[in-house]
Amino acid sequence: MTTTHQADAVVDYDEALSRFDPVMGLEVHVELHTNTKMFCGCPTEFGAEPNSQVCPVCLGLPGALPVVNEKAVESAIRIGLALNCEIASWCRFARKNYFYPDMPKNFQTSQYDEPIAFEGYLDVDVDDGSGGTEVFRVEIERAHMEEDTGKSLHIGGATGRIHGADHSLVDYNRAGIPLIEIVTKPLVGAGARAPEVAKAYVAALRELLRALDVSDVKMEQGSMRCDANVSLRAKTGEPTSAEQLAVPLGTRTETKNVNSLRSVERAIRYEISRHAAVLDSGRSILQETRHWHEDTGVTTSGRVKSDADDYRYFPEPDLVPVAPSRELVEALAATLPEPPAERRKRLQNDWGYSDLEMRDVYNAGAAELIEQTVAAGASPAAARKWWLGEPSRRANEEATDLVSYAAGIGFTPATVAELDSLVRSGRLNDSMAREVLSGVLAGEGGPTAVADAKGLELKQDDGALEAAVDVVIAANPDVAAKISDGKVAAAGALIGQVMKAMKGQADAGKARELILAKLQ
Amino acid sequence: MTDLPTDLTRATAAVLAEALASKTISSVELTQAHLDRIEAVDGAVHAYLHVDHEGALAAARGIDDRRSSREALGVLAGVPIAVKDVMATRGLPTTCGSKMLEGWIPPYDATVVTKLREAGLPILGKTNMDEFAMGSSTEHSAYGPSHNPWDLERIPGGSGGGSSSVLASFQSPLATGTDTGGSIRQPAAVTATVGTKPTYGGVSRYGLVALASSLDQAGPCGRTVLDTALLHAVMGGHDPMDSTSIDAPVPAVVEAARRADVKGLRIGVVKELGGEGYQAGVRSRFEESVQLLVDLGAEVVEVSCPNFEYALAAYYLILPSEASSNLAKFDAMRYGMRVLPEGVDAPSAEQVMSATRDAGFGPEVKRRIILGTYALSSGYYDAYYGSAQKVRTLIAQDFDAAFGQVDVLVSPTAPTTAFKLGDKLDDPMAMYLNDIATIPANLAGVPGMSLPSGLAEEDGLPVGFQILAPAMQDDRLYAVGAALEGALTDRWGGPILDGIPDLPSAGAAGSSNAKGA
Repeated sequence: MTTTHQADAVVDYDEALSRFDPVMGLEVHVELHTNTKMFCGCPTEFGAEPNSQVCPVCLGLPGALPVVNEKAVESAIRIGLALNCEIASWCRFARKNYFYPDMPKNFQTSQYDEPIAFEGYLDVDVDDGSGGTEVFRVEIERAHMEEDTGKSLHIGGATGRIHGADHSLVDYNRAGIPLIEIVTKPLVGAGARAPEVAKAYVAALRELLRALDVSDVKMEQGSMRCDANVSLRAKTGEPTSAEQLAVPLGTRTETKNVNSLRSVERAIRYEISRHAAVLDSGRSILQETRHWHEDTGVTTSGRVKSDADDYRYFPEPDLVPVAPSRELVEALAATLPEPPAERRKRLQNDWGYSDLEMRDVYNAGAAELIEQTVAAGASPAAARKWWLGEPSRRANEEATDLVSYAAGIGFTPATVAELDSLVRSGRLNDSMAREVLSGVLAGEGGPTAVADAKGLELKQDDGALEAAVDVVIAANPDVAAKISDGKVAAAGALIGQVMKAMKGQADAGKARELILAKLQ
Repeated sequence: MTDLPTDLTRATAAVLAEALASKTISSVELTQAHLDRIEAVDGAVHAYLHVDHEGALAAARGIDDRRSSREALGVLAGVPIAVKDVMATRGLPTTCGSKMLEGWIPPYDATVVTKLREAGLPILGKTNMDEFAMGSSTEHSAYGPSHNPWDLERIPGGSGGGSSSVLASFQSPLATGTDTGGSIRQPAAVTATVGTKPTYGGVSRYGLVALASSLDQAGPCGRTVLDTALLHAVMGGHDPMDSTSIDAPVPAVVEAARRADVKGLRIGVVKELGGEGYQAGVRSRFEESVQLLVDLGAEVVEVSCPNFEYALAAYYLILPSEASSNLAKFDAMRYGMRVLPEGVDAPSAEQVMSATRDAGFGPEVKRRIILGTYALSSGYYDAYYGSAQKVRTLIAQDFDAAFGQVDVLVSPTAPTTAFKLGDKLDDPMAMYLNDIATIPANLAGVPGMSLPSGLAEEDGLPVGFQILAPAMQDDRLYAVGAALEGALTDRWGGPILDGIPDLPSAGAAGSSNAKGA
């Protein structure tokens, strides 16, 4: 049995955008990869035996008390600084009270009106529609610290969801893992590019967090999770016009479970189309959470939310306030990596890529890989060519990202550099190198080993090549004559025949040199 | 040194500690004497919820062995103790006086309990208390009330009435308590025992089933000021497991108790904690004690703390608010009671939580959860919780101003002597008023002590004298308390508890107060 969802009416996206202006708000939860949990000493490893990483504190046993993980606070401050935020000189944790079986204390220790970081921004690059890029500034409302909940597993139902299950199990390993929640201000002015801006923001945020080395940022494992709020308002002009910006915001929905970059874009696109259909029919949007279904590409209704939702927040009396000193904040600021936007400009300059090439590299998530490959000795052009070719195609095919795909099969920047060195040393030509790459990706070994096994090596015997050139010139007197007359481009036809005669085992560049030398 | 009485259960902890150190007695002998006493009288008093015969004797044997092998031991090593059932004890039931935790055996020790074990005090058992420490009489215990050894018809105070009645009935020389609004001091007052609420953060809260986190403080209970100081020194100190724990040495409480000196000390009588609403006998015993302090060389002045008037109201907003959140964890999911709703085929987790909480919590607990949930609700937060926190600040400022003029403050501990069981059960407001003099210290986090100041002439029941000191000056409580105790004991011709009526022993027929078995 498969899941079926009552299909909601949707309006064609472009049509929706002709009448409505979309506004988004993105909440991203990031699990920090600290060694221990937010408020206790339990380990945080992903995928451990259920309930093997728990203690009285994260199980919420009577009497247990939390102690703040200093490392997590430092990570939170570094994230805040990297997002150009103000850092609170004094802030408190708060209890968010609600009952849920996977939440041990039935309150989440979080931050409420005193976040550790606030009022920042992240600049993201989006396509300007004519091959170039344009900077869109995403304003950050706040970044605050909290703890993750446990995980419920619903057993016995057909769908793995609570509905239809005959019992549920809870794994508390995740309970208490440090989370940073990063909340944007309402994103206005993106117009039809709203879904693309959202995706670019999440991608840029992921890149930033990876550069900060504070989280695994694996969306598929849930170490980075995105909730997307969407609302529509009447379109009255250009997205950034004063007239449009003055229109009050519509009712929003919050779509949860958006766990890939692609889903961020798709889910927002879908919600815009769905909202438009609801509004067109004269009904109003219900303020609710929606669940995104990756497989069917739709959202379904979750819990109805209202402003009356009352978490009875109050300052956490079991913890003392967090008061990072100026000195600490300055010391942490000194540990920040180069801002990704600047880094991108620098890399593009160093590598000599065009805007378009650079964008392709970023879209493929290949920048770090290329950087490491170049560091391992490859040329920037070769590094780009190899990473964006077959490996990217296969990663796409397997619906994963390039980094995960490469890591999964042990295909490293050093491998690519080795492949490039075989080409540059003249051992392999381009087509041979492609064959070697296929072998490497198929797990047959490293580039040199695969080339050896396949007996791939350019013939270094100039005599044989020269003989082949002579044979081909003799067989094509008319083409030879053209070349002699200065039509150098005609050499291509002869080179092809020489390579064919050599069964591909020759350096095409050298063949060209010989042909030209003999005929000019 | 004072002579060791034939009945070891009558001796003070200080005397017993010396007798153990000199090997005049063994810890096994001493522990057994107390277990026998429990056997004999606790049917009538009902001070213990659980007695750990084997564990106590095993710990006693361990200490005796270590002493035989000349190991260096703590001062109180071998002296048995009773632990309030609010403290998690590994391997020993911890119910907090609630059905909700019936049968729960913690997998860990509270830090205070760890310290007791490390100091070598055999744990006799767990003492009765109002459910989740909510009450002033132990009548809210799900396991039935404890009885005041001075008059079994009367309350032993609360929430720590188990610990106070254990001491007053010689079922242990020492006990632990927790004080959120007076739960150590008021039971001490109505049983003529001694109890201290240390500075907030002075004793670890790790492993205490939380009532109101910002108010709760564990502390020592004894029959003399010195005994209480000896226990305070064992229990106190910084704990990295409790973020609110103060990282500083325990104030020199034992030295202060031995010094017992008030010469030149400035003592403030709190104008707002006395007079109207205080029983005549409570007032006269209080005035006598103040006069004794003057005679001992202290300078006494009257001090006004105008905002104390609002303390009770603020307390009954802050406490239920924090409690409503602290008690949310009792949801039948991981430990404790689980009740399935009636007439529901496949109940959801939420339905099981609801049915369990309905069945597991008593009426006072429910009352406070509802109050707290209401006070924290959006739209009411500022008016209730927010205002209460402002009052709290004002009360702390009153203390600051008062301690600018005097070294310690004094007042009666409770407005009345022990009332009769059942008298105030149907009138929560009357019950709450019992803590009117003890609550300000909790709101401000300052330390306070109650010690006996005599018996009220109208009913012959004990009256408590409260001393309050600035934060981290807990030693002043002991200097003043021990001085006053010395003068009063001289006047009485012996310890006040020498005059307590004999209890009916187990097997004695006709004990109308004997509860359970």
